[in-house]
Amino acid sequence: MQGRIDMIDNFIALLANALEKKPSTIAMNDEFRNYKEWDSLAVLAVIAMIKQNFNITIPRKDFDELKTVSDLFEYIQAHR
Amino acid sequence: MGAKIKLIEYYLPERILTNEELEKVYPEWSASKLEKKVGIKQRHIAGPNETSLDLAANAATKLLEKEDKSLIDFVLFCTQSPEYLLPTSACLLQAKLGLRTEIGALDFNLGCSGYIYGLAIAKGMINAGLCKNVLLVTGETYSKFIAEDDISNRSIFGDAGTATIVTYSDEDMLGEFVFGTDGNGAENLIVKELSARNSYILPNNGRPTLYMNGPEIFNFTIETIPPLLQKVIAKNKLQVTDINYFILHQANKYILEFLISEMCLDISKCHIDMLNYGNTVSNTIPIALKDSLEQGRIKEGDKVLLAGFGVGYSWGSTIINI
Repeated sequence: MQGRIDMIDNFIALLANALEKKPSTIAMNDEFRNYKEWDSLAVLAVIAMIKQNFNITIPRKDFDELKTVSDLFEYIQAHR
Repeated sequence: MGAKIKLIEYYLPERILTNEELEKVYPEWSASKLEKKVGIKQRHIAGPNETSLDLAANAATKLLEKEDKSLIDFVLFCTQSPEYLLPTSACLLQAKLGLRTEIGALDFNLGCSGYIYGLAIAKGMINAGLCKNVLLVTGETYSKFIAEDDISNRSIFGDAGTATIVTYSDEDMLGEFVFGTDGNGAENLIVKELSARNSYILPNNGRPTLYMNGPEIFNFTIETIPPLLQKVIAKNKLQVTDINYFILHQANKYILEFLISEMCLDISKCHIDMLNYGNTVSNTIPIALKDSLEQGRIKEGDKVLLAGFGVGYSWGSTIINI
């Protein structure tokens, strides 16, 4: 069983890759929509990353309610 | 009795909208980023007085330079931007092209799945003995529905018209079809204004406006297309390795690459080329077919899988023999 800290590190690495950001610039409390990299393509990149790595399709209405990196992470944990 | 695609031509409007022009208006969207991510460098945009019917007619005129127009005995026109609410644009097209009056003509309203449905209708009518040479025409001008400040849609969509002759043949070169429809997705890609539902009232800026919920369309596509391809391959009693080339609706490079990776397809067998056209809705598949034939990417004897998907939601797929 993967430890929670490893899971978080792994998730941040995937998110960083999707957003073309350095992992060190991402913190769990960040509101991801405030990133300068955030645009309509970034939305697709994050949705695609979650589908590809966790096999979860996030409906738009759920996605719109997620604010922080932590929200995204917890959503994935709840829907795996 | 069977049906085959005999000829394809397309027409692109003269005006070109480049990434550099878009970058001037929206500096945060760099031209190179757009090209790299979306796979589009430029798109053609219909002029103020140029309609879908004009684009379709121009494509059909090119095609009828190579074909005796008296042979055409049915016209199918796929568009979501008809010339008028009524009469039928296909009737106007018959007159514009100077086709015989002893023929059938009808419009059908579909977007990115439209060409597949057009091939299916043409094949069905030919195999039923109702006609022999169908002129299947697509024409679309989404640019006229897109707001000036809607960078996402302006960067993706381009205008075009295409014309195809589907003709009878001894061997059926158009294979089995699979269709799909889910009207629950209607709200995610829609032009609501100037509709019966809204009492034909236009908003203040005086123009019907395209709304696209990109993330939901993306979700629809990644959920629907992999099983669609599996079904059409099985229905045609083939294996994925039997398919020489895949032409999916050219929505954008990003989504195509995602689908190809999800389905573990050989990317060298998949058409990804909307660089100079953008997403031209129902025109992308016939444009891709024509380009692929001319550039030698597909040749006689090949099996080519075609799949269209989008607004509706509506989707469809078939496998053709070249």
